[in-house]
Amino acid sequence: MSPSAPILAVRDLRVGFATEGGLVQAVDGVNFELRPGEVLAIVGESGSGKSVTAQTIIGLTRSSNARIEGSVELDGEELIDASDATMRQLRGERIGMVFQDPMTSFNPVYRIGSQIVEAIRAHRGDVGKDEARARVVELFDSVGIPNAERRVDDYPHEFSGGMRQRAMIAMALALEPEVLIADEPTTALDVTIQAQILALLGELNRKRDLATILITHDLGVVAEVADRVLVMYAGKVVEKGTLDEIFYDPQHPYTWGLLGSLTRLDRPRPKRLPQISGSPPSLLALPDGCAFRPRCPHEFAKCTELPDLRERITDAPGHCDRCWLDPEEKRAKRQVEGQIGLEAPA
Amino acid sequence: MAIDPQPEAVTAEGPGADFPSAPAGVSAEGHGPWYLAFKRFTRNRVAVAFLGLFILIVVFVLAAPLWADHVAHTGPNKTHTLEKLHVGDEVREVVTPEGRPIGPQWFEADGKFFLGADSRLGRDEMVRLMYGGRTSLLVGIGSALITTAMAILLGLLSGYFRGWVDTVIARTLDVLWSLPVFLVGLALGVALAVGGLKIGPLEIAGGSLWIPVIVISVFTVPYIARPIRGEVLALSEKEFVEAAIAQGAGPLRVMFSEILPNLASTVIVFFTLTIANNMLFEAGLSFLGAGVQPPNSSWGTMISIGEELLTTQPLLAIIPGVMILLTVLSLNIVGDGLRDALDPRSKIRLEAHAGMVEPKGSSV
Amino acid sequence: MGRFVVRRLFGMVAVLFAVSVIVFMIFNVIPNSNPAQALAGKNATPTLVKSIEEEWGFDNSLPEQYVTMMKKVFTGELTSYKPRIPVDEQIFERIPATLSLSIGAGIIWLFFGLLLGYLSALRAGGWLDRLLTGVAVAGISIPVFLIAPVLIYFLTYKVEIFPNAQYVPLTEDPWEWLTHLILPWFTLAILSIGFYSRVLRSNMLDVMNEDYVRTARAKGLSERKVMTRHVLRNSLIPIITLFGLDFGATIAGTAIITEVLYSLDGVGSYAAEAATKFELPPIMGVTLYGAFFVVFINALVDIVYAYLDPRVRLGETASA
Repeated sequence: MSPSAPILAVRDLRVGFATEGGLVQAVDGVNFELRPGEVLAIVGESGSGKSVTAQTIIGLTRSSNARIEGSVELDGEELIDASDATMRQLRGERIGMVFQDPMTSFNPVYRIGSQIVEAIRAHRGDVGKDEARARVVELFDSVGIPNAERRVDDYPHEFSGGMRQRAMIAMALALEPEVLIADEPTTALDVTIQAQILALLGELNRKRDLATILITHDLGVVAEVADRVLVMYAGKVVEKGTLDEIFYDPQHPYTWGLLGSLTRLDRPRPKRLPQISGSPPSLLALPDGCAFRPRCPHEFAKCTELPDLRERITDAPGHCDRCWLDPEEKRAKRQVEGQIGLEAPA
Repeated sequence: MAIDPQPEAVTAEGPGADFPSAPAGVSAEGHGPWYLAFKRFTRNRVAVAFLGLFILIVVFVLAAPLWADHVAHTGPNKTHTLEKLHVGDEVREVVTPEGRPIGPQWFEADGKFFLGADSRLGRDEMVRLMYGGRTSLLVGIGSALITTAMAILLGLLSGYFRGWVDTVIARTLDVLWSLPVFLVGLALGVALAVGGLKIGPLEIAGGSLWIPVIVISVFTVPYIARPIRGEVLALSEKEFVEAAIAQGAGPLRVMFSEILPNLASTVIVFFTLTIANNMLFEAGLSFLGAGVQPPNSSWGTMISIGEELLTTQPLLAIIPGVMILLTVLSLNIVGDGLRDALDPRSKIRLEAHAGMVEPKGSSV
Repeated sequence: MGRFVVRRLFGMVAVLFAVSVIVFMIFNVIPNSNPAQALAGKNATPTLVKSIEEEWGFDNSLPEQYVTMMKKVFTGELTSYKPRIPVDEQIFERIPATLSLSIGAGIIWLFFGLLLGYLSALRAGGWLDRLLTGVAVAGISIPVFLIAPVLIYFLTYKVEIFPNAQYVPLTEDPWEWLTHLILPWFTLAILSIGFYSRVLRSNMLDVMNEDYVRTARAKGLSERKVMTRHVLRNSLIPIITLFGLDFGATIAGTAIITEVLYSLDGVGSYAAEAATKFELPPIMGVTLYGAFFVVFINALVDIVYAYLDPRVRLGETASA
């Protein structure tokens, strides 16, 4: 990895929403840096705050009931308190975004091509309609949409899910942004299509030196393309490290659980499909200390105190986690039936 | 689970489709959705106030015989054309020789002709107002009951069986929907008022209250059946229905014990709004003489009688109109309040009232 | 698109047929009485009833009776019997008043309804929004037969601002036409202004939650463009259908009552007069013509809808 300057730096980001039941702290202290050409994966279950983090970066969570604190710097420029007009100019132009569900992310009443033309002309007023359309055809070619010349005039419902997601990526890249945020880009797609879209994202990332944030709940997706991984749980980062560190030396029991529930074709089939028991806590009623405590089979007295996110193993700078267990103890406890996993509660 | 809280719909308000909704968190603490809905409804002070108003109106019309027997000493259809009223030393004619009815007496004649007389027939307007209200409410509620029952049945059959059953029912509803219902209702009302109705052994005379009830309920079915059908279509694809079918539940059990309870909130809201709508329908038909037939009277027929004396006795047309307005308004507001209370998305609107958030999702 | 139009027009013909059968049933089959007696009106002479029986062929089979009725309607032979006046002549004479009333009211309610709905959606939760919420609920609850007497009593009788209604043809005196129609227009429109503003507001708030609106923001469109090109545009589509249905229903519904209240000699008041006299042929004629008109409007609206929403054109069902 080249030690170039980070294009995006998120520091102590906190996002809360006022609701009927009280303040929901959806994101609680997230830190990361992202360099050009790097793919950062943010992993977690629904409600972990990963999507809110991503949408806060481009200012889509701003509303009167949102409390946003901390810092998001794009190439040294602070975005948290930037004006709405500034944010609008950044969106699409410098940060492209791909959303989860390509079925609903295009406006059904306009032709796909014209929706991308709209994106281009929103930032480049001097680009004529024909010129913009030609650019869309080029983009379609580059993301692998066949018959691009004809398909730009199709309506969204005439596209298949995978093709729509390609068009979505084309739209996100239309203005050659420096950062691409892909929020669950493959979740709504068939498995075979998922692989194609991931390959496309990986290829674009290399070719264009894009800084990419990939948001997903699926570690399998992460394994394919990510350089570094951030694991989130209940609004907090519980572990972060390089892809290899997270996959081969995971420190947090929640990460073990995520890894354990991956179906691995290269290993003997487990007796039963492992899963993490219980469900994520309500953000309105978080337990004291470690939020994962109620679901963790390795809970002990110290867990009622909130562990900080820091390096807990030697020889691995930058590999941080939030678990009180001793690293050696962890290495023993995460072995379930010969592979990494979270043992079922007694 | 009686209502499906659809967490996506709740979180759709916030930017993240993935942070848990407040209601989910609250209900996790052990309160059922009906309890929450009740609490939400009682917090809506406007709706509670109008529920009170509606109850007052019901009490008002139920008290009709008491007022008629003990205060006005007359019946709703009793004419007093040639009678005179003694107020103190003064003698007032109930109807002047030119045919002008007496105006409101309030309590001057001990409550007799409280609102004056209705027309050259010299009937007590107040007594008619109370009895007419009974008819209006009876027709409104009765037809709404029939409408709702038919709509539930059709919606369930159509949405559950799909295929040709759905095609037949949906097309029939489409035809009804595209009919100018008021005009056709008027035609049917007049035709039946002339001849009465005979279905097999059931025979209904032309002047019966059943005629407007039936006419109104038939033509308002699509307004409820369509949304119910849509909801049944969606519900029958849910896992709990598939699970019930997998356990061997027959169509009747699936429709009535699995799907129907989930329609409860929709049905309750639509029922309330349908009473209001049907009361307006009845008033319109009766105003044109195609609804409630004499000797029965309703607020609609009273307006059409009073309208002829608009320049001299404007209250005769305006008071029954105000009664309809108050009844329909209270039902509409209560219905809206129920929808807000039963639809979890309304949480957003409640907050908006508290000035906390800018709502981004809300129901009508 | 062409195929859609053809399909829709076929559907229209089918509905028209269904409507005519329903009307036939209403007058000739459902009532438990001698239809000839009913058609002749109250206190008809036995000879008149006898001649009507022969004229309409009530001894024949139902399909034959149906054909007779439809023939009469289409050849203008439908007449009211006491006195003998051709129904279609009466209807055509009164159409200008009805159209003046309904179209004017339609324009007013659409314009104010959409304007207020758009404004209250932009400032949802604000004072205008709350005010409109109240006005809308009140609006759908106020019966025309309350608004009209109040307006007439105060604005034409107590204070003579507006002339006492009656219809003045546009060709005769445009100014009088206008002043005579202002009160009826607003009487008819007030109900719908509040309702349409609420529907548009609610549609807009729903659409604002759609993923494609988030996409539109994410690509950096200005808030005004997001609101007009994406939110408003998509929110208006269902309103087109609603307006089509309501406009038809208004012409054949509340407009009748409004015409009666303001003594406008329209088609509706013709039907209403007939209703009070229990004269069936005019009601039969007005119902059929009215239904045809409404069904035609609905078909037209569907075609416009399909033009605006590409999903419908290809036979897919549009999401509501």
